[in-house]
Amino acid sequence: MSAVPDEGTTPEPARPVLAARSATADLALVSTFAAFIAVCAILPAIVLPGMAVPITLQTFGVMLAGLVLGPRRGTLAVLLYLAVGLAGLPIFAGGTGGLAVLGKPSLGYLLAFPLAAALAGYVMTRLSSVRRSLLPLGAFAAATLASLLLIHPLGISVMGARLGLSPAEAITAGATFLPGDVIKNALAAVVATAVFRAFPDLLRARR
Amino acid sequence: MIELEQAGVTAYAPAQPEERGSGGHEQVVTLLHPTTCTLAERRIAVIGANGSGKSTLARLINGLALPSSGRVLVDGADTATDGAAVRRRVGFVFTDPDAQLVMPTPVEDVALSLRRLGLDRAARTARARQVLARFGLAERAELPVSALSGGQKQLLALAGVLATEPAVLVCDEPTTLLDLRWRRVVDDLLDGLPQQVLLVTHDLEAAARADRVLVVDQAQVVHDGDPEQAVALYRDLMASGATTG
Amino acid sequence: MRRRRAQGPRRPPWTGPLGLFHAGSSWLHRVGPGPKVAGLGVLGIAVVALTGVVTTLALALVTVATAVSARLPLRSTTRAVLPVLLTAATVGAYQVWQRGPAVGLEVGLDLVTLVLAATVVTATTRADELLDALVRGLGPLRRVGLRPEVLAMAIGLMLRAVPGLLQTATEVREAARARGLERDPRATLAPAAVRAVARARSTGEALAARGVGD
Repeated sequence: MSAVPDEGTTPEPARPVLAARSATADLALVSTFAAFIAVCAILPAIVLPGMAVPITLQTFGVMLAGLVLGPRRGTLAVLLYLAVGLAGLPIFAGGTGGLAVLGKPSLGYLLAFPLAAALAGYVMTRLSSVRRSLLPLGAFAAATLASLLLIHPLGISVMGARLGLSPAEAITAGATFLPGDVIKNALAAVVATAVFRAFPDLLRARR
Repeated sequence: MIELEQAGVTAYAPAQPEERGSGGHEQVVTLLHPTTCTLAERRIAVIGANGSGKSTLARLINGLALPSSGRVLVDGADTATDGAAVRRRVGFVFTDPDAQLVMPTPVEDVALSLRRLGLDRAARTARARQVLARFGLAERAELPVSALSGGQKQLLALAGVLATEPAVLVCDEPTTLLDLRWRRVVDDLLDGLPQQVLLVTHDLEAAARADRVLVVDQAQVVHDGDPEQAVALYRDLMASGATTG
Repeated sequence: MRRRRAQGPRRPPWTGPLGLFHAGSSWLHRVGPGPKVAGLGVLGIAVVALTGVVTTLALALVTVATAVSARLPLRSTTRAVLPVLLTAATVGAYQVWQRGPAVGLEVGLDLVTLVLAATVVTATTRADELLDALVRGLGPLRRVGLRPEVLAMAIGLMLRAVPGLLQTATEVREAARARGLERDPRATLAPAAVRAVARARSTGEALAARGVGD
């Protein structure tokens, strides 16, 4: 209830939909967003004009889950997605899946996903009462913070260790993903804002 | 027996774009004005325009919507304080079976309904297969739900709800999305049920077969009783264009 | 395990019945998911902890022998491992040039060994059995309030949601194309996400109506 500062004094009419705030509603949001990340990852990659590397939307889905669902539910959605993917369903980027990702140099990026969703969700929650016109900017900041503090450092460290690279070499290799990530985070911010506009209570009742 | 005692429902409407800033207030709208009635007939139909409040009335009965004022009792259990007991007695069928069917395969979906009976997993699966066989869906028990036709999905939704043998079945426009053939299958199935059925519908023929018909217009019950008069009133309302939605 | 296979519902997702599983009757198919995942973990630690050309070669040979004994179709296994073979070759060659043949061999082979072993475990284990094992493995967490049956339900809900969301994504893309907006993410991704939330809402409502939260 960002709009009403003194909640205690204003009698609130009951919301009609019991389900909107219950544990079953959270369960449904978490599993649907896990599925949404899967769909983002398996859809054909988007080719943007002027960019050499086509971008897959896996990280976009992860960030969106954090931004929209908040730290707790967002992290659970990403963990569910990872568990089902590791179990052998082909829902990781490029239609891969199974335990093989554990052996790949890109493992660090995957491990960073739940943490990134948690951080992006937490920052977004702190920013949830900013002016509506600043929401996209806030969401972009939250997502960018998560990718710069968690996804890239973890991803690059694990890749460096697995491939026996020096820090400088690893950072050079990992930096190729940065421009794509800026675009994905901007997309996640725009889309999260659209979702908040359609479902304002997602921004209010955050956990 | 279903009792509504001055049960009304209000909700927040999303604020208009220009009001939506840090100072904007949301509007409170009335979805159903306080309503009092006792529903004991075996076949009850609820008709009304889109957005008139008839779905809200249906949702009140299994606690999916809670009254903002007054109360709703099912066989004495209050939907607000004893929701679990109410939902054990009242099954609910949605318009869109895709919304209702939540598990990947029919057998898992029916088994989900059976969880409340306290059976173990193997017993649930076996029982679910029996239920599916009764509804002619045995061969599709393990197909993905997404591979079923719309009619098969609605049949499965009914099977899932009826598997626990509720005393009351509330159906919110169960045939709206179906073709004529499946509409007849679902209608016949509902007609033959031993349970009390509350049917929200746009199908006036089905409404005319009920024991009692409620007409909802602009969040109010404007007629309650004889099916023939109800259908005539509803036709008048639709023709005059004076309704919501 | 065979008993459970008979009574547990099969869970065919949207691509092939059981994820990346390949039916077979080798000894690896018969070992339970728990020991296989544990074995994979041990191999992973060994590959990282043990260095030296001889051990690297030995671990690689053991893994290849295991893979052969699983009698998996050559084609799909190759397809699964091929991308990492290319990475291994590129990085291996780079390391031979930068740090010598020993490092190059070890980095390249370690990579292939782990990915091949994991691919074999995935291909010989049904996805639903692996998830069942995960749900059982999380049983002790009941004490801290995480109920394994909720996880099992969440997995089911997710698998049910994927085909629907894929269809939504396709519909939204077609609608955007019809309006000439297919390159505008606001016309494709935003509606897809909004409809995903709407879907979650109605799923939550259906769960509540069916008494799942009671």
